[in-house]
Amino acid sequence: MENSPVTMITGSSRGIGRYLAEYYAGKGHRVIGCSRAGEPFQAENYRHFHLDIADEGKVIAMFAEIRRQFGRLDVLINNAGIASMNHLLLSPIDTIRKIYETNVIATFLFCREAAKIMQKNRSGRIVNFATVATALRLEGEAAYASSKASVVSLTQVLARELAQYGITVNAVGPTPIKTDLIRAVPEEKMKSLINRQAIRRYGEFRDVSNVIDFFIKPESDFVTGEVIYLGGL
Amino acid sequence: MHSKEKILDTIYGAVDDINQQVDENMRLEKSPETVLFGRSGKLDSLGLVNLIVAVEQQIQEDFGISVAIADERAFSQKNSPFKTVESLADYVAVLIAEHADGK
Repeated sequence: MENSPVTMITGSSRGIGRYLAEYYAGKGHRVIGCSRAGEPFQAENYRHFHLDIADEGKVIAMFAEIRRQFGRLDVLINNAGIASMNHLLLSPIDTIRKIYETNVIATFLFCREAAKIMQKNRSGRIVNFATVATALRLEGEAAYASSKASVVSLTQVLARELAQYGITVNAVGPTPIKTDLIRAVPEEKMKSLINRQAIRRYGEFRDVSNVIDFFIKPESDFVTGEVIYLGGL
Repeated sequence: MHSKEKILDTIYGAVDDINQQVDENMRLEKSPETVLFGRSGKLDSLGLVNLIVAVEQQIQEDFGISVAIADERAFSQKNSPFKTVESLADYVAVLIAEHADGK
């Protein structure tokens, strides 16, 4: 266990994040998860923090604890994200702010603090979450899609800034997966979205972990600044 | 107020860290007069970034607090706190005192 990878996953109490926490814990990683609320899953090699991921002070304190306890961090998966479907003319600015806080600010913050630990070991893997909603210019998802466009840009710039430390930064762009994130979106809307993919089906959790497996494996140390969209756009 | 010696020790701890990562001729001397950044400094801008991160982590270890050394104030000061080890120690002392005062 001493030498097994230390993997941090945000938003790990439900949806894709929870799946990933269980998946990588099952592969023997020492997994650290976090979420604002929710019942974390239990395992000997899993540690959970309850916090607001956009709260700088709390996030810094959490990373200090990780550094103390584990002395290293090998993988960061910035999974936590929120969406809200609305026409621009009906979008409350508070909602937009919340989406940007979680999707952009928190991703920025976690990348920064994780990289501080990773750079000491001259290696690390950061995987961010993009979305097909950006590439498809999805109507009704202006805040979500534009926030994730920021994540793509952040990923590409950080890939360059962190390359000297042996840290790669990539992003996976999932198609709709049946999780809470799309619960409020009408089925019809989902179908028309899926029809724009080359492979017309909902995504599965395993589609996401497959791409992440590729990004984080040791042989992928020459792969950085990439965004892999699922489903064929 | 923490003694300047203690803060200098903290910075030297970070210097040790940085020195392990660079060639011998680029290593920093552990002395208050050591010039860090500027015309006669050994650090380039990325070297300075690495030192700042190392000092922040060492402060966390030695004092149990988190401070951000590279804030806007640090870069807007007339006399850069990053010029020498001593000026950095003085600036860190201010940050630690402010943290204690809850600022």
